[in-house]
Amino acid sequence: MTTLATPSAPTVPGPVRGPRAARSATKPGSTSTRRGTAIAGVVAWVVALLFFFPVLWMVLTSFHSEPDAAGNPPKLFAPLTLDGYRTFFGAASGASPWPPLINSAEASVVSTLLVLCLAVPAAYALAVKPVRRWTDVMFFFLSTKMLPVVAGLLPLYIIAKQIGALDTMWYLILLYTAMNLPIAVWMMRSFLAEVPPALFEAASLDGAGIVRTLRSVVVPIASPGIAATALICFIFSWNELLLANTLTSTVAQTAPVFLTSFVTSQGLFLAKVSAAATVISLPVLIAGFAAQDKLVQGLSLGAVK
Amino acid sequence: MALTATPTLTGSVRPSFRARWLAKDGWVRRAPLLPALLFVIVLTQLPFVATLVISLMRWNSNYPDDIGFTGFSNFSKVFTDEHLRSAVFVTIEMTVVVVLVSLLLGLGVALLLNRHFFGRGIVRTLMIAPFLIVPVAAALFWKHGIYNPVYGLLNGLLTLVHGPQVDWITQYPRLAVDVQLIWQWTPFMMLILLAGLQSRPGEVLEAAAVDGASPWKVFRFITVPHLRRYLELGALLGSVYIVQNFDTVYTLTAGALGTANLPYQVYETLYSANDYGLASAQGVIVVIGSILIATFALRTVSTLFTEEVSR
Repeated sequence: MTTLATPSAPTVPGPVRGPRAARSATKPGSTSTRRGTAIAGVVAWVVALLFFFPVLWMVLTSFHSEPDAAGNPPKLFAPLTLDGYRTFFGAASGASPWPPLINSAEASVVSTLLVLCLAVPAAYALAVKPVRRWTDVMFFFLSTKMLPVVAGLLPLYIIAKQIGALDTMWYLILLYTAMNLPIAVWMMRSFLAEVPPALFEAASLDGAGIVRTLRSVVVPIASPGIAATALICFIFSWNELLLANTLTSTVAQTAPVFLTSFVTSQGLFLAKVSAAATVISLPVLIAGFAAQDKLVQGLSLGAVK
Repeated sequence: MALTATPTLTGSVRPSFRARWLAKDGWVRRAPLLPALLFVIVLTQLPFVATLVISLMRWNSNYPDDIGFTGFSNFSKVFTDEHLRSAVFVTIEMTVVVVLVSLLLGLGVALLLNRHFFGRGIVRTLMIAPFLIVPVAAALFWKHGIYNPVYGLLNGLLTLVHGPQVDWITQYPRLAVDVQLIWQWTPFMMLILLAGLQSRPGEVLEAAAVDGASPWKVFRFITVPHLRRYLELGALLGSVYIVQNFDTVYTLTAGALGTANLPYQVYETLYSANDYGLASAQGVIVVIGSILIATFALRTVSTLFTEEVSR
């Protein structure tokens, strides 16, 4: 059958290459893609370890003794000790970190609960039975998030001074609630939009009012979404520095403000600083990994799934 | 009472009931929305209006008897004062450098993570970790644990290879700030771009594979056009956050050595100079910068959003 073989001869130089090329294009498991994936895997591991190394080094240093922590060259395998944590929590080293930690926990948890109380009904009105011009409302919420904190810092400071709200927890809690509300509304709307509307209609058929519908239908159905929203609001409140630094001093001082007392060097204190940074980051690390799958959605204000 | 929700009437529920259910418009339906709306307006919009007013005022708390309107003199002061002008440029430079570099690094890591290799989940988790360190804590540890000239990790590693000892923050203050921020923001970019990569239409990729498209062609003609909006989103959201960065500048350098950006400068003017009028004018300038970015950001979000809603 020479007539059949000739047309392919000019285009395919070797007898082997034709079928192999075709196979590599159709089957993803071919040798070249496998090698590519292996190389990608190695490179990804190297890059990830590079990015993770400062975190690892911070945690490791927090378990070293002060002289070992200050070693140059670095002592990777120095004996581990809890001294860094003891000096950090010990009253002997200055102010105790417990009041700021408790303040931070209070501000983050209470403001997150407030955010949910306001955001879930709002998201319901925007997602389930959308009010007129609901997209405009959504974008209004979003645009407030684009307004930097410094835009309102001074009036907030002056008002606080006038009404005696400086250095109080409740003022900080109110501001954190306003700060996170837009994110929460966006996230909750996208979660509620995924729920089949028939479920909400059934509740309405039973004659349930808005409060009962929210409490006995919306909250149970949307609880995974509520949890993810809560974790992200918690992280943002816990991390906040500018407002807390401006509006609190001793009574309502939060953990990030407390950390800034370590900004200037104080002799051998790296293990203590590392312990402090680790302790204060721990809640965020836990919340962040717990919300890992929804993290993008929250950070992109619900724009990305 | 015009029914804005008419398209949904084609649902499986009896139209008569559904129509009545949706028609129950007015304040009953708007009520759940109002508390949140009011809350946000009172606590974010009104203070900004106040800032706008104060920015036009002569108001220094050191001179409580001399308060009045001065027009735009605070604004001209921002642009004639050497320090303040430098703060404007530092803010721009910092935002552009950090966003671009972390976007490119994030894209690289996202492309790697989009393949199925051993331990992919662990790599993803390790990559996210820098973003989950409290910003102040991260900046604090970088300052003492990594950049410190005596016992920092960088000089420690240089000692191992008999390299020179460098006083990182003093010699390269802006680079030190930028690098620390890039380290924290690359995971953010990676997360957004990875989500973008994974939402690429499977049929198109399959068709490309069947047609024998090379990996480069797939990247150039399918991945890049699809990722464009995610790249924009990452860049814009990153800019919105980094323009307002205060924590890193405050912790790493306390605004010294030419690293003071506008948010830090606002804080400084408010605290050290007690010049309320000037601080407000600086705040207003930060807002104008943010609005420029935000306009584009909102447009990008809106494109993604309309697509999702119409789906």
